[in-house]
Amino acid sequence: MSWETVIGLETHVQLRTRSKMFCGCSTAFGAPPNTNVCPVCLGLPGALPTVNGFAIQLAVRAALALRCQVHLRSIFARKNYFYPDLPKGYQISQYEDPLSTDGQLAYTSPDRGAVSATIVRLHVEEDAGKSIHDRVPKSSAIDLNRSGVPLAEIVTGPDVRSPQEARAYLLALKEVLEYADVSDCDMEKGSLRVDANVSVRRIGESALGTKTEVKNINSFAFVEKALTLERDRQIAVLESGGTIEQQTMLFDAKSNAVRPQRSKEESKDYRYFPEPDLPALVVPEQWLEDERAALPELPAARRERFATGYGIPAKDAAVLVQSRTIADYFEMTVAAGADAKPAANWVMGEVLADAKERAGALRVTPQRLARLIELVKDGTVSNPAAKQVFAAMADNGLGDPRAVAERLGLIQVADAGALTGWVEEVIAGHPTEVERYKKGETKLLPFFVGQVMKVSKGKADPTRVPTLLKERLGG
Amino acid sequence: MTSIAETASRLAGAASLNALLTPLPEVAASLTSQAERGTTGPLAGMPVVVKDNICTLEYTTSCGSRILEGYRSPFEATAITRLKAAGAWIAGKTNCDEFAMGSSTEHSAFGRTMHPLDPARVPGGSSGGSAALVAAGAVPAALGSETGGSVRQPASFCGVVGIKPTYGRVSRYGLVAFGSSLDQIGVCGRTVSDAARVLAAISGRDPMDATCEDRDPFQIPAPPENLQGFVIGIPREYFPPDLDPGVRRACERVIKTLKDLGAAVRDVSLPHTAYAIPTYYIIAPAEASSNLARYDGVRYGPRFNGAPDVRALYQSTRGKGFGPEVRRRILVGTYVLSAGYYDAYYRRAQRMRALIAQDFRNVFDRGVDLLFTPSTPTPAFKAGEKLDDPVSMYLADIFTVTANLAGIPGLTLPIGRVDGLPIGGQLLAPQFLEDEMLEAAFTLERAVPGSDEV
Repeated sequence: MSWETVIGLETHVQLRTRSKMFCGCSTAFGAPPNTNVCPVCLGLPGALPTVNGFAIQLAVRAALALRCQVHLRSIFARKNYFYPDLPKGYQISQYEDPLSTDGQLAYTSPDRGAVSATIVRLHVEEDAGKSIHDRVPKSSAIDLNRSGVPLAEIVTGPDVRSPQEARAYLLALKEVLEYADVSDCDMEKGSLRVDANVSVRRIGESALGTKTEVKNINSFAFVEKALTLERDRQIAVLESGGTIEQQTMLFDAKSNAVRPQRSKEESKDYRYFPEPDLPALVVPEQWLEDERAALPELPAARRERFATGYGIPAKDAAVLVQSRTIADYFEMTVAAGADAKPAANWVMGEVLADAKERAGALRVTPQRLARLIELVKDGTVSNPAAKQVFAAMADNGLGDPRAVAERLGLIQVADAGALTGWVEEVIAGHPTEVERYKKGETKLLPFFVGQVMKVSKGKADPTRVPTLLKERLGG
Repeated sequence: MTSIAETASRLAGAASLNALLTPLPEVAASLTSQAERGTTGPLAGMPVVVKDNICTLEYTTSCGSRILEGYRSPFEATAITRLKAAGAWIAGKTNCDEFAMGSSTEHSAFGRTMHPLDPARVPGGSSGGSAALVAAGAVPAALGSETGGSVRQPASFCGVVGIKPTYGRVSRYGLVAFGSSLDQIGVCGRTVSDAARVLAAISGRDPMDATCEDRDPFQIPAPPENLQGFVIGIPREYFPPDLDPGVRRACERVIKTLKDLGAAVRDVSLPHTAYAIPTYYIIAPAEASSNLARYDGVRYGPRFNGAPDVRALYQSTRGKGFGPEVRRRILVGTYVLSAGYYDAYYRRAQRMRALIAQDFRNVFDRGVDLLFTPSTPTPAFKAGEKLDDPVSMYLADIFTVTANLAGIPGLTLPIGRVDGLPIGGQLLAPQFLEDEMLEAAFTLERAVPGSDEV
């Protein structure tokens, strides 16, 4: 009997503001504990929240990028629960009248191809602080630097059908939000967090099964893992005749397991009510129009344009578009004169590899890469030599590609005298292979070409070497 | 301008009232350093005492509660900054019902405040300490706060002027929240002028409070000669058959004076008045249950310890730190916001609140400028009389709570005495029309002898 998995995702993304949602404190990551705090985000008696307009602007932009309907009037609400890292005893969020609803995000499912997830709502709220349980023996420490950091919560319908799809959805979401410049979506820094509602049902059934909520998935790598564990757990329970209990499951990356949250940690009745300290949030219509007009080209459209406009394979377009910075870099390289196909190959190869090693830094300018690609095209340097030039430019930060190639002695030599000298050297050094070749083993030709490239340290023009070899070896 | 020594000695003279929470030597020392900073401005040298739920850099801010005993705020309320900028001296913190929840100042963790004319009676509340010190002549004016009448009711009991401005007229930044949609800083004054001057100094826009209106500080009107042209409504719901006869007599004398001064007096109706107290006692506790969640012993305030885990820490801190009235309101508020009860209580109360506000608009839209009512149904009651009956205590606010629900300004002034106890008369005005309310108050203050037996 086979099962269908049904997943809905609630994603919290940090809006990339410099100051917090309801006060002027910095949102900088990694400051010493409890230094980015003030009476407002500490929840001191008498302090009041005021709304960060830029956070709202970013949330509106995110809503538009996810094709949501933005409501010009929305209401802040208090979500009440007790926890030591929640200084006011409530979180300012939105509940009955959220900022935006009814959006959609298209993404590619590994199983089903092009699909889309319904965005039920996108609302703004503040983050809580952080409880640290392993710093002080027998005590918990509280860091309130995160308290009040602005978040957008993005909730999907029960539209995702597998743990793999969940991952694909999240990557697509991250892509869109990065493109819209709303969030840096860095899971390791906590600027993107995911909770998932998971249920299973027998294939063909239309009613949803009882769901559980999986929390504490704090890395992209864990999304599939945690959801697969929970799905398998539910199937095992049902197949052995049990029933699923509606509860919260915590994913533990260390033990690679999901376990039920202790019931005491749960607080089901949040007693939401409209936040009396803040008037209704009104988004001016003009503001909305301006944001709509300023919305950048989104990944789906860009992929399409890369494939048709530059004539590169759809697969390559997908790789290039994954990051807005990389896609921009590719376009600048082409604009600087490089042909699209080699430019795509260079960006997906050397550029991305170098960036990965250097924390995303793009160390060679697109203009220099374009000139390097030209040098390969006109035969001035070989492809392997060009990679050495690229590495040298990246490491030293300076230099025109041609000058670097000259300094490294990598300009290809097409001079007959020099070429003949290297050919003679190789033939003299490999009598056995020469004998075999002469007896008809012509498939050894690439071996000789390789040897010539080796003794010439890559300088020999690879287009001329085979001809010379053939002349010399006969046949 | 009063001297520091004179202020200190007047406060000392009122010490038996238990109205001032700050020790006198601390007040004297602070006044000296405040005076050294130099005082100029419209309130230069005016000593003002401040209710204990308004944050000051001087003195502790304990809200009359054990749970904040000894708490020093690292910032001060916008109203305090403005008072100081106007040249006033902050002359100590006044006793109040815990977190402003009460109508008698008996619910203070630091003992009850006595009525200045009869120590066996209560001064009203929750701003009882502020009203009592003004009535005792210790200071010309005091800051209080209102959620359901907590300035006007004690001012009425003590025989002084009390003003609750329009919601949004004065910044709430630094006022420790009780019911945020109702709370407003108010003023007690010896005279209408003293109270109005302080109110003018603290009013106006504040970027730190999103519910504070974007308006200039209000201007005090010149006292008019008479009330010709004023249409004054007398809402019949505020004169029930069981109204205290002394209160009724005092009010009738004012109504006659209003007519004598040239005002047109009209009988009007505010039909939803009867629902004001139940509506208030859903909305205010609901907001309070959330506003008071932060007092958990984690970050500040005393920790009632020995707690094995965080849940027990909450229970012991909140169980021992809050008094019975605060605990009662937190329980009620938590209940009315709970899933399954929200629609039946909180949502319905909000609808009723809108109807109560509409009652006032209907009357004001039909040509009525101001309303006149009794401020309280009875004069000051005896200490202990209502402690065991919360509902009868709640009914002490029956004539004041409507202004908070509707967000309109209200003012009480002394209109006579019965058996030596002051009676207050109340003026209510449309939102942001404090100036008209004050014109009438100035005129009545001159025409009605506030300390005569009626």
